[in-house]
This record gives sequence, structure tokens and C-alpha cells, in this order.
Amino acid sequence: MFENLSEKLERSFKLLKGQGKITEINVAETLKDIRRALLDADVNFKTAKTFTETVKEKAMGQNVLTAVKPEQMMVKIVHDELTQLMGGATTDINIKGSPAVILIAGLQGSGKTTFTGKLANHLKSKRSKNVLLVAGDVYRPAAINQLQVLGQQIGVPVYTEEGSKDPVKIAKDAIKEAKQKGYDLVIVDTAGRLAVDEEMMNEIAAIKDAVKPDEILFVVDSMTGQDAVNTAKEFNDRLNFDGVVLTKLDGDTRGGAALSIRSVVNKPIKFVGTGEKMDALDVFHPSRMADRILGMGDIVSLVERAQEQFDAEEAQKLQRKIAKNQFSFNDFLSQIQQIKKMGSLKDLAGMIPGMGKAIKNMDLDDDAFKEVEAIIYSMTPQERETPEIINGSRRKRIAAGSGTTIQEVNRLIKQFEDTRKVMKMMSQGKNLSRMMANMPMGKR
Amino acid sequence: MGLFGSFTRAKKEKLDEGLAKTKESVIQKLTRVVVGKSKVDDDVLDELEEVLISSDVGVDTTIKIIERIEKRVARDKFINAQELDKILKEEIRALLAENAASENSDFDLPEGKTPYVIMVVGVNGVGKTTTIGKLAHKFKSAGKSVMLGAGDTFRAAAIDQLEIWAQRVNVPIVKQKMGSDPASVAFDTLSSAKAEGVDVVIIDTAGRLHNKVNLMNELSKVKRVMQKVVPDAPHEVLLVLDGSTGQNAFEQARQFTLATDVNALAITKLDGTAKGGVVIGVSDQFKVPVKYIGIGEGIDDLQPFNRDAFVDSLFGN
Ligand SMILES: Nc1nc2c(ncn2[C@@H]2O[C@H](COP(=O)(O)OP(=O)(O)O)[C@@H](O)[C@H]2O)c(=O)[nH]1
Ligand SMILES: Nc1nc2c(ncn2[C@@H]2O[C@H](COP(=O)(O)OP(=O)(O)O)[C@@H](O)[C@H]2O)c(=O)[nH]1
Ligand SMILES: [Mg+2]
Ligand SMILES: [Mg+2]
Repeated sequence: MFENLSEKLERSFKLLKGQGKITEINVAETLKDIRRALLDADVNFKTAKTFTETVKEKAMGQNVLTAVKPEQMMVKIVHDELTQLMGGATTDINIKGSPAVILIAGLQGSGKTTFTGKLANHLKSKRSKNVLLVAGDVYRPAAINQLQVLGQQIGVPVYTEEGSKDPVKIAKDAIKEAKQKGYDLVIVDTAGRLAVDEEMMNEIAAIKDAVKPDEILFVVDSMTGQDAVNTAKEFNDRLNFDGVVLTKLDGDTRGGAALSIRSVVNKPIKFVGTGEKMDALDVFHPSRMADRILGMGDIVSLVERAQEQFDAEEAQKLQRKIAKNQFSFNDFLSQIQQIKKMGSLKDLAGMIPGMGKAIKNMDLDDDAFKEVEAIIYSMTPQERETPEIINGSRRKRIAAGSGTTIQEVNRLIKQFEDTRKVMKMMSQGKNLSRMMANMPMGKR
Repeated sequence: MGLFGSFTRAKKEKLDEGLAKTKESVIQKLTRVVVGKSKVDDDVLDELEEVLISSDVGVDTTIKIIERIEKRVARDKFINAQELDKILKEEIRALLAENAASENSDFDLPEGKTPYVIMVVGVNGVGKTTTIGKLAHKFKSAGKSVMLGAGDTFRAAAIDQLEIWAQRVNVPIVKQKMGSDPASVAFDTLSSAKAEGVDVVIIDTAGRLHNKVNLMNELSKVKRVMQKVVPDAPHEVLLVLDGSTGQNAFEQARQFTLATDVNALAITKLDGTAKGGVVIGVSDQFKVPVKYIGIGEGIDDLQPFNRDAFVDSLFGN
């Protein structure tokens, strides 16, 4: 994956040491690194250029001596600038009308229908609103059905007109119905459309004119690349939307599109989608997003990543085994495999602030466990489950089978026994679940 | 070299601003910056850099392309903009892994692989199901019998969506109910395809983000279970990438390849303004050919990938 920006800066600031002030010459290398980090994160080419210019201006002439470390100062300038660009305080949506009307728009597959369901769920459960959903996508096969299934899941009614191909009329009729039946809020889902599709862009503009939404939200996939600016600009020109929804942030994308969009349309990001389920909705944290884009040590996302992979049930099972001192080499092996799957060790360690540099030169490649695995694979099933039986001659056989030495086998068994002891102790201290959060087993 | 090295050139900045409004093709741009020069200088490379990065080609691949051009130019003695344009396109084409000649670009099928099994994978919302519908139509039009397997048992109404496509194309579909085991759906589909002597089976799968371990394991399992029915299945593991996706496509390709040995790519939504340039680096790094492109939501909006046309489209001509 990508090199940490702070590490890069550390490197380029070696040049700067002892020079007293940040000047145009000594900052050039650093700005290159910043720009590269932004481009790797899919920040738009032009946005990245302008951004680095701004950072340069802010940094220029600052006294290096007054800063803790020049690279830290630079990171801070970059980080603060990014955070600020992406909007300070979170902005609420406007749901004052009666009924309040929210219109959802965006490209195909960006997550509009899923978000429509999530928002309804949120407004219903957290703000006690009486919501009506409107199935306005009359094109995509089974799109209406999809919204109906989601509506059922969250217990919110869905307005549909079977066989109709006129989303403008559907939306108008739905609002009439909402007024009659006293709904507080109407959320209109729409078909995905490309900004260059004139006919479809006219359609969504017509829906807007017909229903006069209190809030228009533009839904965009956080994995979007350079095109995010074109699309956001075009939708904004046509709809003058009120806010942006960034979906699929549960992935590992850096999400630079967030910055690009912000810089071309200057509209706040109001929600983020963090999963496929109806409760996977979050408010936007500009500072967290800044860290993410820069690829900087982000303990928050490390914790989240661990949690996401973490299966409470599995962990409990394991906890019982540990308490009974039945933790076996098989469990050990599956833990190793889970850790490996979480991502490269270096990546993971790099997410811990301060760790980046420390591990840089360590041999933490993904082969780190190879030997251990080879040894365990050379054990019989019985040996793996009841390590106590592994005597001298068995150790010899295991060493030969795994292409290692007896010393290495001894060392592993010793380590395993120690681990078992510590685990048992910790399990009695009852704080195992926290520790196990780092031993992931995923569930959707 | 000029790459990322020219933050302070105020003069050029102005030029850029002025140009932003006029839609110039790259060859025009190149001609302009190259006029009167006998070598590729920073201005030319900066132009290139902007075009490539703005098409999602990515920094590493852009550097790679520019370095290759520099080498070529040093060797061949660069003459004019047309020359440069030609060299540039050649170099980019060379990065795109070639389709094996025997493969079904015109929807022929390899001998002795019946049923020919295609498993379609990718992250959420990229266009897997739609691509399956279009592919089924292509194979059917080429005279093949087709069967679909509704392996997305997770997303709301995903089964209904594929079913509508099956009706449109008029091919059989095997399905179970929402929430059932996708491996079991794949098993059923392959079993009936085998029994009925169907030519092509296409298995849909639920979208999944590649960093979710258990979902990726599920995919490996679907693949393994298929092999109980057809030992060398799936013959094709088609990773669908959204043409508007940025650099994350690399990680998608890496993880899906690890889980399922992806051997073909499809890029969708190229009917929009996105260029899909990331696929150049992906194809190069993972040595996987791009097989199809999606250019719309209709049944006919799928084409076999054409390297020349794709490279031309990057440069807006
Ligand atoms: N992992 C993840 N998947 C999402 C998220 N939002 C939507 N999806 C998935 O993305 C795909 C497309 O979503 P959908 O709502 O149908 O998009 P639409 O075409 O814009 O209506 C579906 O598979 C959704 O389950 C999210 O925040 N995280
Ligand atoms: N414009 C355009 N839209 C597409 C293309 N391929 C798929 N789509 C749309 O993208 C959305 C998601 O497609 P779908 O097949 O459901 O994605 P899946 O979640 O990966 O199965 C739908 O609205 C499709 O109509 C394409 O090539 N061009
Ligand atoms: Mg939808
Ligand atoms: Mg699908």
C-alpha cells in the first residue's frame, strides 16, 4: 500500500534541518510528497495542485526553530488545512417542511437506495419521524422491489406506482399522499444517472421543480477517482444540492474524492455510509477524513478495522477454551491466519502513531509467520490439540518435517506455552474481549 | 525530470487556467507544447502528467509511462508531436495485458469446456448483475445456450434483478431465496447446467468490499464448491471494475485475485465522463486482460475490450 505521508515528510525534511526557516527551495521536495499523497488518494489533479500551493503559502517563512519538528509542523499545516477545507462543524439536514421533502440523487450504483433506507431508519428511530419513502427509480430492474424490501426491514412504508414510467408524477402523488396521511417526511429515491445524460438530468431537474425539496442530497461512492469533480459540478449546476453523502467508507479507499468535491462545489458532507446494513450510517468527521486522505497514523481507523473483523461469538468460544486451558495450536494457527488477512502487518502497524518509523526497517513482511506455520503444519492433529504430548522425538520429527531446527521448534512451543499462560491469566482478569479485538474473525 | 516538480511555475499555471475551458485534445496540446522543440521537455511531460493523472492512471503508472517515453525518445530521436503521440499510445497499449487469442472476444467458447463457467465478482454497485445480463445476451445471440445462477443472496431484491434480466434475455435462471448459501446456489446451477448440457453458466455474486475477510472467504468457498460439479470451474473469474473508480481498484484487484484467481476484467460505466485509466496499471501489475467494457444500462451496451479504442479515448480522440 501507500507509504505514510508523515514518513515521507520525515525523509524530505532531513534536508531542512538546521536551515532555520521554511523557504521556497527547501520546501519543494516536501510539497511534492504532499501532492503525491493527495493524488494517490484520488484527490483531483487540479485540486491537489491548488491545495499544495495554499499549504506552501501558509508554511513559507514560518520559523522552523519554533516548531517542534519541521515535519510535524508541516503535517499539522496540511492536516489543518484539509480539515478546514472539508468543513468545520457538521451541518444538519433541513427537515422543517410539513411534510419535509428530501430528494436523493447520484450516479448509478453509488448507494442511493441503500442510503435512502438508512436515512429513513435514522429519522424514524433517532428523531421519531413518520417517514414515507418514494420509489422513484423506474428504470433499474427490481429497483422498486429493492426499496420495498428495505422499507419492510426498517418498518417504513414505501410509495410506489406499479407500471408507471413517470417519476415526476410519482413524486408529486407521493407528496399528496403524505399530506393526506400526515407523514412528517418524504424521501424520494431516484434512478442513477450520468451527468452527461441530458435527458436524465432534465428529469431530475423536473422532479426538483415538481416537489420543491427542503433538502437535496448528492450520493457519491467514496472510491470515485478523478471524475468526482465533473459529476459533482454537473449535479450541483443542475440541482444546487444541499449536501453530499459519501458511501462505502467501510472499504479501504483513501477517499480523496471528498476533498475534490468539497473544493469544486463547496457543499458540506452530511453523512457517510459505512456498510450495507440499515444502521451503517454515520455523521461526517472532517478531521478523521483528513487523516485518511493523507494516510497518516490513524488509531481510530485501526480500531474500527479490528472491530469490523471481530466476531464476538467466536471470541467468546475462544475465551472459554482459554479459561479451560484448551487453547490449541489449531487456534493459534487460525489466529495467525486472521491477523494476516487483516492486511499486511506493516500496514497495520503503520496505523499506530509513532510506529511507522519504528517498523520501517524491521522484517515485518507477510512471511513473518511462515516458519511458525510450517512447524504447526508438521504437527499431527493430536499434537495440535494437546501440545503436552509433544516430546523429544516428536519435536525432532516436526523439525525435519517443517525444514526447521529443533531449537526453533522448542522456541515456538515455549512461546506457545507462555502465551497460553498469559492468556489464561488475562481471561481470569476478564479483559480478554478487548485483547481479542485484535484477533479478527469477520462477520458482515 | 518535470514530474511533480513544477509548483512554482506561475507562467504555466496561467496557461493552464486559460486552457481549462477549451476542450483541447491531447494531441493538440502536445503539438502546442512541442512546436519548435527538438526534445521532450518538462512542459511536454507536465501536459502528459496532467492528462494521465486526470484519467485515473495513477502516479506510479504515469511515472512508468513517462519513463518509457523518455527512453524511447532518447533512442529514437524524437521528432514531432505526431510521433510523440504514436509512441505514447504504443507504450500505454503495451501495458495492457493482451487477451489470449483463443479467448471468446467474439463470444466463441473454448473446446472441451462445457459448461463454460463464468463467475462474476467485484465490490458493491459496480455493475456485476447488469454485465451478466448483457453477457448472457451476447452469448445467446452467438447461438449458445446460457444459464444464470443468482448467487447474490444478500442484497435486497438482487435475485429479482437478475431474474428480470433472465427474462429479458430469455435464458433460464437458478435461484434460491434471499439469505440462502451462495455456494449452494452455485452448486445447483452447475448441476442443472451439466445435466441439461448448457454451453455457458454465469454465476452472479453479492458485491463485497475486498477488505472484509469473511466475505472474501465466502467467495473462495463458492469457487471450491463449483469444482465439485465441474472440476475445472470456474473457467473465467471476471472482476468487474467501475470505470469511475480511482486508485482503490488496485486493492480490489489484489484482494479478489488472492481470493478467486481473477483472470479477466470488465470495466463498466464508460459511457460517462470517467476514463477508467486505472485499469492500465491494474492490467499491467496483475497481468489480467480487460475483456469487456460496459457503455450503458441497456442490453446491448457491452463490447469486447479494444485496446486501441480505449487508449484513444484516454486522449479524447
Ligand atoms: N459496503 C458498503 N456497501 C454499500 C454502502 N452503501 C451502499 N452499498 C452497496 O452498494 C451497492 C449499490 O447500492 P444501491 O443502494 O443499490 O445503489 P444505487 O444504485 O445508487 O441505488 C449495493 O450492493 C449496496 O449494498 C456502504 O456504505 N458500504
Ligand atoms: N451508465 C451505466 N450504468 C451501468 C453500467 N453497468 C451497470 N450500470 C448501472 O449501475 C448500477 C449498478 O449495477 P448492478 O449491475 O446492479 O451492480 P452490482 O451491484 O455490481 O450487481 C445499475 O443502476 C446499473 O444499471 C454501464 O456500463 N453504464
Ligand atoms: Mg437505486
Ligand atoms: Mg448485483
